[in-house]
Amino acid sequence: MVDPRIVIVGAGPAGTRAAETVVRHGLRPVVLDEAPQSGGQIYRRQPPGFSRDAKVLYGFEAGRAGRLHAAFDALAGKVEHHPGTLVWTVRDGAVHTAPADGGAVGRFPYDALVLATGACDRVIPFPGWTTAGVYTLGAAQVALKYQACAIGGRVVFLGTGPLLYLVAYQYAKAGAEVAAVLDTTGFAAKAMALPKLLAVLPALAKGLYYLGWLRSRGIAIHEGVVPVRVDGADAVEGVVFRSASGEERRIACDAVGFGYGLQSETQLADLAGCRFAYEPQSRQWLPEADADGRSDVAGVYLAGDGRRVRGADFAEMAGELAALAALGDRGIAVDQARMAALRRGLDRGLRWGQALQAVFPVPHHFLADLPSETVLCRCEGVTVGDARRAADDLDAREINRAKALSRIGMGRCQGRYCGLSAATILADTAGEKPETAMRIRGQAPVKPVPLRTEEAAS
Amino acid sequence: MSAQRYDVVIVGGGIMGASTAFHLRTVHGKSVALLERGFVGAGASGVNFGNVRRQGRFLPQIPLSHRSREIWGRLPELLGEDCEFLPTGGLRVAYSDADMAVLEKHVGEARDWDLHLDLLGLNAIRSRWPWLGPDVVGALMSPADGHANPRLVAPAFGRAARRAGAVIHEHCEVADIAREPTGFRVTTRTGLEVRGEVLLNSAGFWGGAIAASFGEPVPIVARGPQMAVTEPLPYFMEPVLGGVSSDIYLRQVKRGNVVYGGGLRGPVETDPPRGRPVPDLSIAQWGRVLRFVPVLAGAQVIRTWTGVEGYMDDDIPVMGESGTTPGLFHAFGFCGHGFQLGPGVGAVMAELMATGRTVTPIEPFHIRRFAHLKPARPA
Repeated sequence: MVDPRIVIVGAGPAGTRAAETVVRHGLRPVVLDEAPQSGGQIYRRQPPGFSRDAKVLYGFEAGRAGRLHAAFDALAGKVEHHPGTLVWTVRDGAVHTAPADGGAVGRFPYDALVLATGACDRVIPFPGWTTAGVYTLGAAQVALKYQACAIGGRVVFLGTGPLLYLVAYQYAKAGAEVAAVLDTTGFAAKAMALPKLLAVLPALAKGLYYLGWLRSRGIAIHEGVVPVRVDGADAVEGVVFRSASGEERRIACDAVGFGYGLQSETQLADLAGCRFAYEPQSRQWLPEADADGRSDVAGVYLAGDGRRVRGADFAEMAGELAALAALGDRGIAVDQARMAALRRGLDRGLRWGQALQAVFPVPHHFLADLPSETVLCRCEGVTVGDARRAADDLDAREINRAKALSRIGMGRCQGRYCGLSAATILADTAGEKPETAMRIRGQAPVKPVPLRTEEAAS
Repeated sequence: MSAQRYDVVIVGGGIMGASTAFHLRTVHGKSVALLERGFVGAGASGVNFGNVRRQGRFLPQIPLSHRSREIWGRLPELLGEDCEFLPTGGLRVAYSDADMAVLEKHVGEARDWDLHLDLLGLNAIRSRWPWLGPDVVGALMSPADGHANPRLVAPAFGRAARRAGAVIHEHCEVADIAREPTGFRVTTRTGLEVRGEVLLNSAGFWGGAIAASFGEPVPIVARGPQMAVTEPLPYFMEPVLGGVSSDIYLRQVKRGNVVYGGGLRGPVETDPPRGRPVPDLSIAQWGRVLRFVPVLAGAQVIRTWTGVEGYMDDDIPVMGESGTTPGLFHAFGFCGHGFQLGPGVGAVMAELMATGRTVTPIEPFHIRRFAHLKPARPA
């Protein structure tokens, strides 16, 4: 019998463990990854020639990062690894790739496909968010972790989620001036979520550590804020926010890092034809899969944050479990007890993910109060007012209809950053529930691919 | 329960159906219900290239095309918006002497059909469009042709028809069409029932099945055009571009994106309709794009798409009254070249259904040309 061809997309925590599991069973998987080196986003490695200590880069997570990197490095020669390679579409049992260096496009047929596509920042627009010097929290962290650069000399961090205090801490520790941390979740909301916080005790402990550290250095922390605007015509000059007590305040700064947690990268699952279901807390439509990660499309498995945001530890488990399922489904003997243990672990992960969402709620309600001239879709320059008019005047209450008529989500990011906000705005305008606006349908390429002449590698 | 009765029931809310509804209301004052399985204009009418082109057509279609072009120029007045129609001129290029011969022949024949075309040689091309590829040896310019945003046009006709009193039902897939002593009763999968004295079949590819159900089968297949668009680039490409043997067509919109398509039309899922382009066909276009306009090398492609178009085996549409059933009319199967015709088809079909005749000749498109095909089942 010919060995099944197993293709893994992503080399972060889920993709690494999936690859390791496949190799352990005597097969040689193809691993396709956009990044130049394995590790994913959270354990992103520094470029060659950089020599900062793992403790500096990954903090409490240094041990985990090191173990994951070592696990992938140990697979050298046993996997067909294509770093710097974008998978731009999936169709008819094959994934299609475009290398970042502009070389020939490729096509990889598969018997089993493990999608470990990870997550990206959740953004809610506000006036001035497209000003030069405004970054997502994730981007601010990547700049520091990967390139050893700060996004500014005097930075304000704004939003909610575990990354908020972590990134502020990392910046302050690296020597940047943190002008303030603006937390959109109020103290009272956190206190009410205390029982849930206890369920995520390690996160709570780390969060409290970062908070205490920042406070002890005199860094201003404001909870329960509402972002009002970023000031500055050509570059960031300050952030204006409304405090929990309702007064408007301004903090001078030259950069802003903001975000509201993470959202799953689901475009490839969509192009593969997976069925999606609505998840009300995040208001994201997510690809469906069983406990092991089997989607409803034969041969397509989903693992890690790309299926549901649960964080890196659970992504490692999900990657291993999805690989075991893919192997088992192809008649290869796998350890059933191990699979059962991983399922139990992932079940805890589900509760963990839900607890984090409850503790750090996405402030969807900000969208209703946005001034109409606020840019919503920055790729196409579509404003919040344009979206409301699409729903009102053009009767476009479904997001793909609004996309067709107003260009929302039609640009190079394919609605990754505006799509969820746009859906809420359409539904709010129509007076309907947010899920009625549906989700932006994925279209190839999931990220831009340059026009070139090279023929596809066969 | 008696179903609401209309002068005309239109099955299919693409550009043909929406434009017909608009003209039936605004010109002829007829009562109209339009039934559309999805959103108005979201099928083939919304996913095509957006070419408002007259040159290069089957010549007996030119009067209809001229009538349509006149309406294109009046969209702001008729619909309250221009749908991004830009009469930039359309340029059809030649890569070889054989291509040039095709263009020269068309110039000669088109004189009789009132098409004003300029045949341009190498010097004219190089000075006017220096960015055209080195393989281009000549071109034919149709100065009043142009392009428009296909996503906007049929929905705009639909909204204007509704403002004028047409009843538009979206997400109402037709389940059954029954002949009655006077007219037709149409039932949708949502349980809606409407009656019409007259019925227009403007259901695109699926129009073939409707015609067959009235005992007049036609040779129609579903194909998907392979479309793509680049990131916005500085505006430079004024005319809409096509070619004799280029196998690719391009246009640049005012915000800078270059839209292109062409080459083999892919297979496409029709039930339910799902437009997923074929990756290998997308890749195969890149070299043709760069041969045509080399300065696009490295431009980022940000999106690809397709949709369900109906192609007749003789590459011309079905238009006119039914050959079997009084009161039934057809306008479907536009073979990937219906977008420019759409506004005119609406005017002509409305005129034909309301008055029994039309001043625009459409005989070559009559369904009776397929009368030799045996019905799949009797009507």
